[in-house]
Amino acid sequence: MWEYTDKVKDHFLNPRNVGEIKNPDGVGEVGSMACGDALKLFFKLDANGRIADARFQTFGCASAIASSSALTEMLKGKTLEEAEKITNEDIAAYLGGLPKEKMHCSVLGRDALKKAVMNYRGEAPVASDGEVVCECFGVTDRQIEKAVRDNNLKTVEDITNYTKAGGGCGNCHERIREIINEVNLSAAPAPAVPQKMTNIEKIKRVEETLEREIKPALRKDGGSIELVDVDGNTVYVRLTGTCAVCAASELTLKNYVESTLREFVTPELTVEEVRS
Amino acid sequence: MNPVIYMDNNATTRVDPEVFQEMAPYFTDYYGNPSSMHTFGGMVGRKISQAREQVAALINAAPEEIIFTSCGTESDSTAIRAALASSPDKKHIITTRVEHPAIKNLCEHFEKTGYRVSWVPVDRAGRLDMDFLLDRLTEDTAVVSVMWANNETGVLFPMDRIAQAAAERGAVFHTDAVQAVGKLPVDVKVTAVNMLSLSGHKIHAPKGIGALYVKKGTKFFPFLIGGHQERGRRGGTENTASIIGLGKAAEMARTNLTRDTARIRSLRDKLENGILENIPHALLNGDKENRLPNTVNISFEYIEGEAILLMMDQMGICASSGSACTSGSLEPSHVLRAMGVPFTAAHGSIRFSLSIYNTEEEIDFVLEKLPPIIDRLRQMSPFWKGGSCKAQ
Repeated sequence: MWEYTDKVKDHFLNPRNVGEIKNPDGVGEVGSMACGDALKLFFKLDANGRIADARFQTFGCASAIASSSALTEMLKGKTLEEAEKITNEDIAAYLGGLPKEKMHCSVLGRDALKKAVMNYRGEAPVASDGEVVCECFGVTDRQIEKAVRDNNLKTVEDITNYTKAGGGCGNCHERIREIINEVNLSAAPAPAVPQKMTNIEKIKRVEETLEREIKPALRKDGGSIELVDVDGNTVYVRLTGTCAVCAASELTLKNYVESTLREFVTPELTVEEVRS
Repeated sequence: MNPVIYMDNNATTRVDPEVFQEMAPYFTDYYGNPSSMHTFGGMVGRKISQAREQVAALINAAPEEIIFTSCGTESDSTAIRAALASSPDKKHIITTRVEHPAIKNLCEHFEKTGYRVSWVPVDRAGRLDMDFLLDRLTEDTAVVSVMWANNETGVLFPMDRIAQAAAERGAVFHTDAVQAVGKLPVDVKVTAVNMLSLSGHKIHAPKGIGALYVKKGTKFFPFLIGGHQERGRRGGTENTASIIGLGKAAEMARTNLTRDTARIRSLRDKLENGILENIPHALLNGDKENRLPNTVNISFEYIEGEAILLMMDQMGICASSGSACTSGSLEPSHVLRAMGVPFTAAHGSIRFSLSIYNTEEEIDFVLEKLPPIIDRLRQMSPFWKGGSCKAQ
């Protein structure tokens, strides 16, 4: 059972401001039934441009309903400029905190607010263009790219926490990994002649990446790694220290070492372990 | 706090007061070790033999075919590991897409360590694709593990046919029967399983006690290696009081099975029909006919399961949900997804599972309180159009 604060329970069992507003000044809708949560937010301004009324309709769990209820209470009496400063952390704090796994409920509130304000200003909603990558949650490649760029994301798990993409059947994990690599490559300082990386340059970069990124990370677990050879796009390494005897070393090699080298050197690389 | 209306018996059950009474002296009075040479320990040993006979009788096995374990999960792990160890050349496992995590995660583990696993799909009503299973069954198949009854929907699987097919191919057949034992007649002389897992806390014995039936002649390797307990098949000093409790619960289940099942079934049917008749857009999940008598799983469209559970909790009603939000993951129940229940309906699924302790008054109470809860949440939902889509 979730540990909800009394404030969350109160706003769930006695939600404030449920319902629609006829002829609202702004309305924002986010989420979907398939995602497991959805929120429709309405507001009406008074003569002075302050929010006179805010209402919501929510499909979702207790914390989604409580977050929506809290948001509408926080909005009342604020100007739109003030309202726009509300962050998802503010919503969670108003409720005395949310379980970590439920933080996306507060994000939902923040997103709906943003959309409602845009709707009031007559700004076109940002079309969620691009190709759907995650079928389960309807997340497109553009959305994933944006999340990677804005938040400097590195792993599929990061993407799932921020966008939900990849949290369902898992069929899109490979594609998400590609997107992460593509974005990070284009963001990295463009190498002078990327297509024609010489062997010497490749080896140098592999060595640099091992020293700068990989060794410090492995050292935390008491392990290390040695470069044995680079043949074409195959990098031969030897795991040492605790890595050499660790049952998870194969996973370390494939998931961490290979993806890191692909990220910083070239996406064509594969890593093979040489056992001593 | 409200009096508790407990309708979550597939999760766990109340320890029967008679079971508890039977166990109580074995904590503070008769605390001897059954392995000891003295009379004081020996009398506990005799009581354990009696419990073994009682558990064996419930499934029509011989007492020496029963191994006491710590839980259903241990029984499952022991069975699969023993089956794989007994034919090291065979590298194939058959199981289903709707198993309990005790089997599902175990098979996924073996999938990563060099075994091929065939995951048998189910149809929209949760029925097993038998053609798929029979098609995958080969001489390379070390073990077929199929649950007797599904914990979320109560759907029953064709044990006899699977047992026969597995035997023809020389594969070990194991079933996780923790939800079936005590709710249905289970007879290992009729259904030719090699190994069968059962659990105490699903049949009014305490948590922390289970058993594994191993048919005579089935090759076996212990999972817990240690002392000579359980004839060397499961090391570790016996959980004496709980074993005695499981024996008593098994005896009570066997004696009262027919009578209790009929009563529980009629309560379940009343609850199910009451909900489906009075709440629009409520859909039954799972095969209506071929199902455990105590289980009903219903999806309430346009709303989310955790919210329903917590509203019912305010009234003291305990049930469970296949919603993603109750698990902390983003995806709803793997069982409902395997059945092809749309995410939109899976998020709003609620399972009620009854026991002999439920009463007609409790069913009436739930039927009175549930519709306003569903209605209230739907009034909050952006997808609910004021009941205008009532007729469907």
